[in-house]
Amino acid sequence: MVDIPEHLLKRAAQARAKALGISVEKALAEMKGQEDPTIVSKEPEVIAFEEVPTPAAETPAPVTETPAPVTEIPVPVTETPAPAAETISPVKEEHAAETTEKVAAVKIEQKPPAAKAPAPAKVDTPDEVDFAPEVKVTQRLLTVVKAKPIQKPVSEPVDKVNTWPHLMLPEFVSLMAMTAFLILLSAILQAPLLEEANPNVTPNPAKAPWYFLGLQELLSYWDPQIAGVMIPLVLGVVVWMAFPYIDRNPETHPSKRKFAIMFYTFFLAGAGVLTIIGVLFRGPGWNWTYPWIDGIWFDDLLDWIHFE
Amino acid sequence: MQKLSLRDRIKEARVSATDSFRGGKLMSSIFRPGSPFRKGYVDSPRNRSYVVMNNVLYHLHPVKVKRHGVRLSYTLCLGGLSFFLFIVLTITGIWLMFYFRPTELAYVDIQALQTDIAFGSLVRNMHRWGAHLMVLVVFLHMSRVFYHGAYKAPREFNWVIGVILLLLTLLLSFTGYLLPWDQLAIWAVTVGGNMAGYTPVIGAQAKFGLFAGLEATTATLLRFYVLHVLFLPFIIVIFMAVHFWRVRKDGGISGPL
Ligand code: HEM
Repeated sequence: MVDIPEHLLKRAAQARAKALGISVEKALAEMKGQEDPTIVSKEPEVIAFEEVPTPAAETPAPVTETPAPVTEIPVPVTETPAPAAETISPVKEEHAAETTEKVAAVKIEQKPPAAKAPAPAKVDTPDEVDFAPEVKVTQRLLTVVKAKPIQKPVSEPVDKVNTWPHLMLPEFVSLMAMTAFLILLSAILQAPLLEEANPNVTPNPAKAPWYFLGLQELLSYWDPQIAGVMIPLVLGVVVWMAFPYIDRNPETHPSKRKFAIMFYTFFLAGAGVLTIIGVLFRGPGWNWTYPWIDGIWFDDLLDWIHFE
Repeated sequence: MQKLSLRDRIKEARVSATDSFRGGKLMSSIFRPGSPFRKGYVDSPRNRSYVVMNNVLYHLHPVKVKRHGVRLSYTLCLGGLSFFLFIVLTITGIWLMFYFRPTELAYVDIQALQTDIAFGSLVRNMHRWGAHLMVLVVFLHMSRVFYHGAYKAPREFNWVIGVILLLLTLLLSFTGYLLPWDQLAIWAVTVGGNMAGYTPVIGAQAKFGLFAGLEATTATLLRFYVLHVLFLPFIIVIFMAVHFWRVRKDGGISGPL
């Protein structure tokens, strides 16, 4: 008999007491009391075995694959038209190759058939521990764990594929394509380099990098110092960051978030138009020009777009 | 004994040589179990998992991903390409640093790069067009995310990080713009810096801090240089790490729609 350290026993008793709403002492006593007869839980099953086969002997019942793993022990035995309880060994041989549980059950049978007092009714309670007691080891019921998952899965299982190769190959291909594209572009298009910087010579027009040109265009409509265009701009960035907290609509399908889609599309279109105007249609003095008439005043494109 | 043709014998020798190399101590010390570079790799579900799980790749990718997420049409690979462009820019940028001094000599250095140094022109072009491309791709990535509603719970915070990444990308691009020290650079930056000057309340200070003075000078050049090659990349890498980490912790890619 395995000695369970006192402190573990106590902890188990506490848990049990908490679960059952009884006092710790009682739980402890219960558990210790159970130690001897009940917990040698195998015997009842042996009895069951002895009882069941008798009817089974007539009807070679098909193997009922009972889903409940614990109770299944008596069942497999049924399938052999076992000639009563005495012939235990043949049963054993036949089933030894099956699942370990069944083997376990068979082992139990070898235990003293001198079934003790505990009522055969015990068989029906599936919560009984059902390890095969090795030699003289007895099991003790510490607690009963209901057959429930500890964690509840909150999401449905999703259809997944292996990252390698299903994601990494496309990634690799697009990476290669991008590299090829960039090298090709760089071989064809020369990056601009104008005269050396000279603070005394202001080019006309002086343009920001293209990604700020929409903004520069916007600023040209209102004198920024007067109209304070930067205020909505800074606010805009903050709002943009906070956007997920503002848009509380949980839907993701475009048909259910028409406003958001429209909003962003207008934003995109506006930024695009302003940028294109800034790049192509603004000449000296920030006056409106037509690229096909007056040429382009945008030095980033200097060396590779010539409309003249 | 059966006589092998010369060709077969060569093939056999080659196979046994590669096998003993790939199965040898060196290769197995470099590549962890499950790597396709090890001897005996076969294409099995288990090994497919190992390719990711037993490698440094596990820092970037989970073993499995949602099926719809690997369709090219979902992400268009835009986030991945933003990251990849950043890497290309880092590599070409480090290369450029060997030939560049952020002083009055900056302009001369760029000229020399274009004319005297092997591949100098190509690498400079790659760095420049790559930077423009990155701004574009990051912007497109943001648009993709928006149209998918991919910023919604639980991904709100990753959007916030994303906006920071966008700002950092713009800043990186903008600080780099000044470095060639030509008329284009100095005046574009002057325009941009003046715009910063219109910021409410702190406008003048922002502009002064940016220019290291009242206008673009070589002091500005040094400032932009340090920001461009050290400070901003350092910051953006940190934010990228958090960004990728959140993509995984938020349950992988969003969707399907
Ligand atoms: C340096 C810039 C950026 C890099 C390198 C980057 C990288 C990535 C990568 C690799 C992904 C995985 C999915 C995909 O490829 O689409 C991703 C997802 C995401 N990114 Fe970015 N990103 C950047 C900027 C941004 C910006 C500007 C935003 C938005 C303002 C953003 C918001 C998001 C969100 C919300 C996700 C999750 C999307 C989903 O689950 O479908 N990112 N990012």
